Amino acid sequence: MSKRIDVKDLNVYYGKFLAVEDVNLTIEARSVTAFIGPSGCGKSTFLRTLNRMHEVIPGARVEGEVLLDGDDLYDDAVDPVHVRSQIGMVFQRPNPFPTMSIRDNVLAGVKLNSKRISKSDADALVEKSLRGANLWNEVKDRLARPGSGLSGGQQQRLCIARAIAVSPEVILMDEPCSALDPISTLAIEDLINELKNDYTVAIVTHNMQQAARVSDKTAFFNIAATGKPGKLIEYGNTADIFNMPKEKSTEDYVSGRFG
Amino acid sequence: MSTKTVSPNTLRRDGDSGQSGDKIFSTASLLAGCLILAVLFSVAIFLLGQALPTFAADPSEISGGNGFFSYIWPIVIGTVIAATIALILATPIGIGVALFISHYAPRRLAQGFGYLIDLLAAIPSVVYGAWGYAVLAPQLAITYDWLANNLGWIPIFEGPASNTGRTILTAGIVLAVMVLPIITSLSREIFLQTPKLHEEASLALGATRWEMIKMSVLPFARPGIISAAMLGLGRALGETMAVALVLSGGALNASLIQTGNQTIAAEIALNFPEAFGLRLSELIAAGLVLFVITLAVNVIARWIISRHKEFSGAN
Ligand SMILES: Nc1ncnc2c1ncn2[C@@H]1O[C@H](COP(=O)(O)OP(=O)(O)OP(=O)(O)O)[C@@H](O)[C@H]1O
Ligand SMILES: [Mg+2]
Repeated sequence: MSKRIDVKDLNVYYGKFLAVEDVNLTIEARSVTAFIGPSGCGKSTFLRTLNRMHEVIPGARVEGEVLLDGDDLYDDAVDPVHVRSQIGMVFQRPNPFPTMSIRDNVLAGVKLNSKRISKSDADALVEKSLRGANLWNEVKDRLARPGSGLSGGQQQRLCIARAIAVSPEVILMDEPCSALDPISTLAIEDLINELKNDYTVAIVTHNMQQAARVSDKTAFFNIAATGKPGKLIEYGNTADIFNMPKEKSTEDYVSGRFG
Repeated sequence: MSTKTVSPNTLRRDGDSGQSGDKIFSTASLLAGCLILAVLFSVAIFLLGQALPTFAADPSEISGGNGFFSYIWPIVIGTVIAATIALILATPIGIGVALFISHYAPRRLAQGFGYLIDLLAAIPSVVYGAWGYAVLAPQLAITYDWLANNLGWIPIFEGPASNTGRTILTAGIVLAVMVLPIITSLSREIFLQTPKLHEEASLALGATRWEMIKMSVLPFARPGIISAAMLGLGRALGETMAVALVLSGGALNASLIQTGNQTIAAEIALNFPEAFGLRLSELIAAGLVLFVITLAVNVIARWIISRHKEFSGAN
């Protein structure tokens, strides 16, 4: 498990609008990479191109290459469905399936593609995934209850459990803590630290401390003005980005002097 | 000792600025609610009052000569059969068409298709009836013949098939066509309301479009689909003109492709013009029974919907 991603000369469009321009970077396997930048600079857009979730939006398309351990995700012969089963995603707002129990939520991805799984295997997988998401102790007595009955932080960890249950190579997270309180946020940050032992993790965040706490590498995106495409300004080790950035705009942003 | 000064409570509202709109609206909605109840209630009272002579009458005076129950139950069954056929055919097709419009068709095409379906709902039932009578029934007569010859061992397809094709199955099919637009356009509305959040949740797990629909769209839309089907059923149960035109009615018959069977609504429509006295009261009593059936169907639907409330995502 866990593969690296190489992005080469990537342009992302919404119809005619160029939202992200000319991104080149490498996301290392078994590490946490953070994407930071002001609102509207295309962080979410870029993240969604990494598992072809981008294509769900009508008119959205990309130019360039995204390689998962050397294999191009955008090759004509590649099925986006297969890409997404290998590169999981956690969204800004927790989105467990409301009509499913906690257990079924965890198993949702595994049961796709009409895969059969025995009850004992399923039980083991549910426990392993929920433990992996630091949620097991809180929900082990109510696995049959609806997932929507959990707190926001618990729901988000349930979504992470659901994502890791399919044993993806990479996990993408788009501001996973922005709807959560500080305690739940810390719980998720701890979890991200553990996840990188097994997975490649890429996370978008608006919280500078969070980027500093959880990530190994940081990419700073920016836009020149509204309506202009977002660009990757600087990419490097998190410590370097925060302590001795090369670019003036990076320094302004990470030190809070922005705008 | 200090003197207490009474400061005016600044949170108290002065005058009724902004409040009057609220009041007007709540009064208006209360009135509207009461009005609906009043209308329903007066309809019920009217039906009961007019139907009373039938229940009081001597069984031998009722049509058929064996009392109201043996008069009504065959047409109750007929009504239920016709409406059930309509629902069984229309619900899956309606859901399929709605899904096509909401999740498969290119956007431009989907819109046109949607308008077309809405238009279908506006066609008067006489037109459907005439079409069923003149076009559909003769066509189906051939199919019925085939069914009788090949599947005749199944009681509902027992021969000899009707020559005209004007059977309860034809009536059910015409009803299905009539309720299809209702079910389709309501389901489509619900499908379109599925939160993007939940659709993306399944797609991000590697779901195909159909799997996404099974995981996110249909569970979300379930109560809405049931409501849509119930509205369709309501129309199918109460439809008079189309059935009256299409069905050449008769006694209760298990075979759906022979002449026979009748629905309450068509029975009323066909006999009302010449009815007076006890016969009139009988027909109104039949209407009362239809009213009760419709009510029961709605109660059951509510119950089905509420049974899954906990998992509906409403919390
Ligand atoms: N579905 C869409 N259709 C068209 N344009 C879009 C769409 N989603 C985003 N955009 C545009 O793409 C640009 C980048 O948006 P994106 O959501 O990726 O920014 P972001 O960096 O994630 O911002 P935030 O930090 O606020 O989440 C913006 O100009 C936005 O208006
Ligand atoms: Mg974003």
